[in-house]
Amino acid sequence: MTPPQMTIEREPNPSMPAKPLTAVTNFVAASVAAPEGAPSPIRQFLRARGSGGVADKTFAAVMLVCALSIFAIVLFILTILIARSKLTIAQFGFHFLTRSAWDPVSGDFGALPFIFGTLATSLLALAMAVPLALGVAVFLTELCPQKLRAPISFVTELLAAIPSVVYGLWAVFVLVPIMRDSLGPFLSKYLGWTGFFEGYNFGVGLLTASIILAIMILPIISSITRDIMLAVPTSQREAVLALGATRWEMIRTGVLRNARIGIVGAIILGLGRALGETMAVTMVIGNHPDISKSLFAPANTLASVIAGEFSEATGDMYLSALIEIGLALFLVTIVVNAIARALVWAVTRGTPARAN
Amino acid sequence: MSANPFDTPPLLDAARSLRGPGNMQSKRMRLNSVRRYAVNHLVTGLAVLSTLLVIAPLIAILAYLIYKGASSLNLAFFTHIPAPVGEPGGGMANAILGSGIVLGLASLMGIPIGIAAGVYLAEFGRGRLLATAIRFTADVLNGVPSIVMGIAIYSLIVMQQKHFSAFAGGVALAVMMVPTITRTTEEMLATVPHAIREAALGLGVPKWRTVLSVSLKTASPGIITGCMLAFARVAGETAPLLFTALGNQFWSYKLTEPIAALPLQIYAYALSPYDEFHRLAWAGSLVLIVMIMVAVSLVRIYASRGVLKGAS
Repeated sequence: MTPPQMTIEREPNPSMPAKPLTAVTNFVAASVAAPEGAPSPIRQFLRARGSGGVADKTFAAVMLVCALSIFAIVLFILTILIARSKLTIAQFGFHFLTRSAWDPVSGDFGALPFIFGTLATSLLALAMAVPLALGVAVFLTELCPQKLRAPISFVTELLAAIPSVVYGLWAVFVLVPIMRDSLGPFLSKYLGWTGFFEGYNFGVGLLTASIILAIMILPIISSITRDIMLAVPTSQREAVLALGATRWEMIRTGVLRNARIGIVGAIILGLGRALGETMAVTMVIGNHPDISKSLFAPANTLASVIAGEFSEATGDMYLSALIEIGLALFLVTIVVNAIARALVWAVTRGTPARAN
Repeated sequence: MSANPFDTPPLLDAARSLRGPGNMQSKRMRLNSVRRYAVNHLVTGLAVLSTLLVIAPLIAILAYLIYKGASSLNLAFFTHIPAPVGEPGGGMANAILGSGIVLGLASLMGIPIGIAAGVYLAEFGRGRLLATAIRFTADVLNGVPSIVMGIAIYSLIVMQQKHFSAFAGGVALAVMMVPTITRTTEEMLATVPHAIREAALGLGVPKWRTVLSVSLKTASPGIITGCMLAFARVAGETAPLLFTALGNQFWSYKLTEPIAALPLQIYAYALSPYDEFHRLAWAGSLVLIVMIMVAVSLVRIYASRGVLKGAS
């Protein structure tokens, strides 16, 4: 509303004729206006417009319904996923999660290979991304010259804006050849004795998927860690420095130790993102339900098996198994995200929500 | 970096001072300080190195994308539908239009609900347990994988109607937009000073009018930022569209039919064995990224100038 409209009009709006004093008007108006005889123009106007009680209640109710729809969405996803996967739930029960069979032809399903693939890629990606993300956050908050701060954080946020499918495209045409021709042979030559880099190297597989995942979750972890470190009061830093600490000792004891809960939260948020990441992983993981010690071996994650096989799932059992995998993924990410949010909230209350 | 006076005895000086006379105690202390400064410089170096390592892939991805995309972009990309396998040429005009339709539909459904939920959290639910629960649920919903959203909408709409449709794709994306918009709207409304609301209420303006014309209007730059960010986020989503919008090789405008979308087309072409299709996939990626980055950059410029700094 523009300011002139907010001031009280002298002449009531002709489309809203002044109503006589009725029971609708509130108690205060009646008791004050009555002894003076004719009500003032201001009061007439207010009365003409009505108390707004009904409109207010309706408005509040509409807003409430929209807010409750968020609950409804979550509940609804849960119920529909359970309803559509009841075939496999009935047949396999909880053993579905621990069976390693995946044979659509004979209708024998188990989610273990995909749980393994999801955990392996996510944890490997975290192992690669977390040190780097912490380094970036430390650099941005404590070391970086003021001038460089905005451009670098802008660039890391651009990384977050690139769609998953484009990362996948890049991985298929750039990362996979690198893995196949240079990095893979290098790893198997020098680290082959560990047993993690054995077997034939196609370029696609667990390791490639983990690397692209690490690149994708880096910006999330580093930007939240940065926010949390910025929330540590400057007086903490000054106090540690005043005791004669070097800059690193100041960062370690003054900043990282204070921010550790929030940093753990940021890492778990990154984990949540890595668990559910679909497109880029589907494009480079090799899509094969195997549990293998070698990181070169093709595998499959919970998300990528849905993306890869859902459209060809013909039988009811097959579809039901895939939907149950979706249900498992949903529940796991809900739990992981709830823990992470609670931790991050505990540290940075009242800072703006991030679009991640 | 030199601003910190405690860094001033550099490594060499500390090492040199070891040679000087002194009792065991001070020698040990000096040795200790050599170690401390060495660790300090080592960690500083590691932090700089990791920043470079993080920026390198982005530069690599962007440079490669611009190089491959720009060399395969042409007018036909924006005007033609995909050519059959083996024939050169063709474009993604139908996918660009399809993306526009699906995203428009998603915005129509997602933005009003998201803003209204944010209004409830900020204006009506302050301090209530229900509001806290909704806030938490929104944050958690934000982290639900997009593929799960895709199969949930598939189970609801596609299985009921027995066919894939643009409408189902729009609903899937709308559901993904709601939590982001809700949270930013709430945060932005929280920055509106109470005095403004009280001034409006004191003049006899009803609550609903105060919210719409005073609170929302004051916070609108930040709320627009939130909507744009949510839009940019779902614009590149592929997974929720795989089993809802499905994709289409031809022109399609109907909401009840499968529709093409840019991310879907990129996915399909990236996995195809034909060079011509790979070329189109790169061009499509460039177009998609430019669209998203323009949106995000606009938002950042807008946000840094507006009243509500730090909105993004």
